[in-house]
Amino acid sequence: MQLIQDLIVYYADNAWYVWEQFYRQFLMAAYGVLFGAIVGIPLGILIARYNKLSPWVLSLANIIQTIPALAMLSVLMLVMGLGPNTVVFSLFLYSLLPIIKNTYTGIRNVDHALLESGKAMGMTKFQVLRMVELPLALSVIMAGLRTAVVVTIGVATIGTFIGAGGLGDIIIRGTNATDGTAIILAGAIPTALMAIIADALFGWLERKLTPGKKKKGIFSQDEATV
Amino acid sequence: MLKFDHVSKVYKGGKHAVSDLNMEFEKGEFIVFIGPSGCGKTTTMKMINRLIEPTEGSIYVDGEDIMKVDPVELRRKIGYVIQQIGLFPHMTIEQNISLVLKLLKWPEEKRRERAKELLTLVDMTPDYLERYPHELSGGQQQRIGVLRALAADQSLILMDEPFGALDPITRDSLQEEFKKLQRKLNKTIVFVTHDMDEALKLADRIVIMRDGKIVQFDTPDEILRNPADEFVEEFIGQERLVQARPNIQTVEQIMNLAPVTVMGDQTLSAAIKLMKERRVDTLLVINEDQVLQGYIDVEMIDQKRTKVNLVSEVMERKMLKMETGTLVKDTIRKFLNRAIKYVPVVDENERLVGIVTRANLVDVVYDSIWGDEEITS
Repeated sequence: MQLIQDLIVYYADNAWYVWEQFYRQFLMAAYGVLFGAIVGIPLGILIARYNKLSPWVLSLANIIQTIPALAMLSVLMLVMGLGPNTVVFSLFLYSLLPIIKNTYTGIRNVDHALLESGKAMGMTKFQVLRMVELPLALSVIMAGLRTAVVVTIGVATIGTFIGAGGLGDIIIRGTNATDGTAIILAGAIPTALMAIIADALFGWLERKLTPGKKKKGIFSQDEATV
Repeated sequence: MLKFDHVSKVYKGGKHAVSDLNMEFEKGEFIVFIGPSGCGKTTTMKMINRLIEPTEGSIYVDGEDIMKVDPVELRRKIGYVIQQIGLFPHMTIEQNISLVLKLLKWPEEKRRERAKELLTLVDMTPDYLERYPHELSGGQQQRIGVLRALAADQSLILMDEPFGALDPITRDSLQEEFKKLQRKLNKTIVFVTHDMDEALKLADRIVIMRDGKIVQFDTPDEILRNPADEFVEEFIGQERLVQARPNIQTVEQIMNLAPVTVMGDQTLSAAIKLMKERRVDTLLVINEDQVLQGYIDVEMIDQKRTKVNLVSEVMERKMLKMETGTLVKDTIRKFLNRAIKYVPVVDENERLVGIVTRANLVDVVYDSIWGDEEITS
């Protein structure tokens, strides 16, 4: 009971500060995924076209994914220095794999008969991409973005170690303070909430965008993501 | 309309998919390519819209060498229907039907109008326009698939086993519907199948292929009568060859040319006299232009002879009749199913040209048994 009271007191005293950090963390995650999408989606389309490239690109993205977050941040810090830009860059790297892989899977899984239909009706290659492949792959691509967002929100918490701020700041403060459980929770709960809300939001979008207005997606998220 | 001039396709590694094809099709012809799998029929068809490009020779559509036309432009002028139907699941029926029109940059209103107009061709109501493909049955989906190929009024349509994935009943009705549609719209169709029944039913001319070569290219009747070699015979099947006689005979070939007739304005006593003379119990009633009006039989005369005087007042107008050109095999079924004694045959203007009786059918059945023995012995 004491713990909950402490938590409420902390929020009441530091509402603006918590909100600021929440927003900061959200922006870092969002920028990371945004840049990831800008690079990852075209790359996914490219390797779906030129299948020979796919093992190379996908292994590279896989390797990036296996680097522990703290190690990645430290190495990047050596090059890029402290601050949120370094964190955004590492989030960008982390979001690449789910985005590239889902774009690739989504486009490769479009029924061959539909592609042939489109081509035989007189669509140019670009029209096939725009009118057939992308709309049909959209829900799978969204599933990739969803995974990327959830991953990056988690990783962004560690950004505090290189001075990027965010909810991680609050958690670290809690670990350093005596009896800091309430403060740790004050940082951890919003982080978790952000991830859950983002996940739910993207899940809803994904269902909305599933072709043919079917209730269930063609691919479940697990199948298509990492 | 469509001409193949020494066309060959050699894949990498030297495999000859088709070699040295020479064919010419007329406008409005229904051409069926048939053969065992791997015979090159689909390859041949796909070369027409350049989904596959020939290695040698040239193909002409309306006198124009297709290799000199932009493939995208070419394909927009050629309809294409495939076995997997290939409707786009994320588009409504309307969007699916009018997709080629969109590619051709028709204004939206005209596209909508055209989609509606096309739906009526297959007896579907306009409320289907708003639906998505997965809400339709397989047969309905393929109807839309066909409409999509007709949307821009393409004069040439390629079909790759379009009815192959449908259940037999749906397939049957779709085949009939489509054949009618093709006659009405006068399209040139190139149709690929491996189903001989389908080929015989639909084709004006059949191209039988094996190992990338044409084995026989002729009308269905001619192929049934004179198969080019053993391969064709085997492909058609012994059973069909035996049945072929009644299958390809039309009713004019077996009917009696001189049915006993009476005019509507003759008296009943004249009619009964005629029956007695010719030893028949029924007379067909015609007018001065030979147009069939109805019939009159001895029972009807017997019941009403005291009250009325003229044939036209007694005769029954409702009756079963057949048009010339009806196949004998269809006739046999009708006779047996409905226990009918005779059916008058009329031409397209309803003029009486003859009559088919059960006795005529006995001849046909006798011939086909005779023919059967001849082939098997």
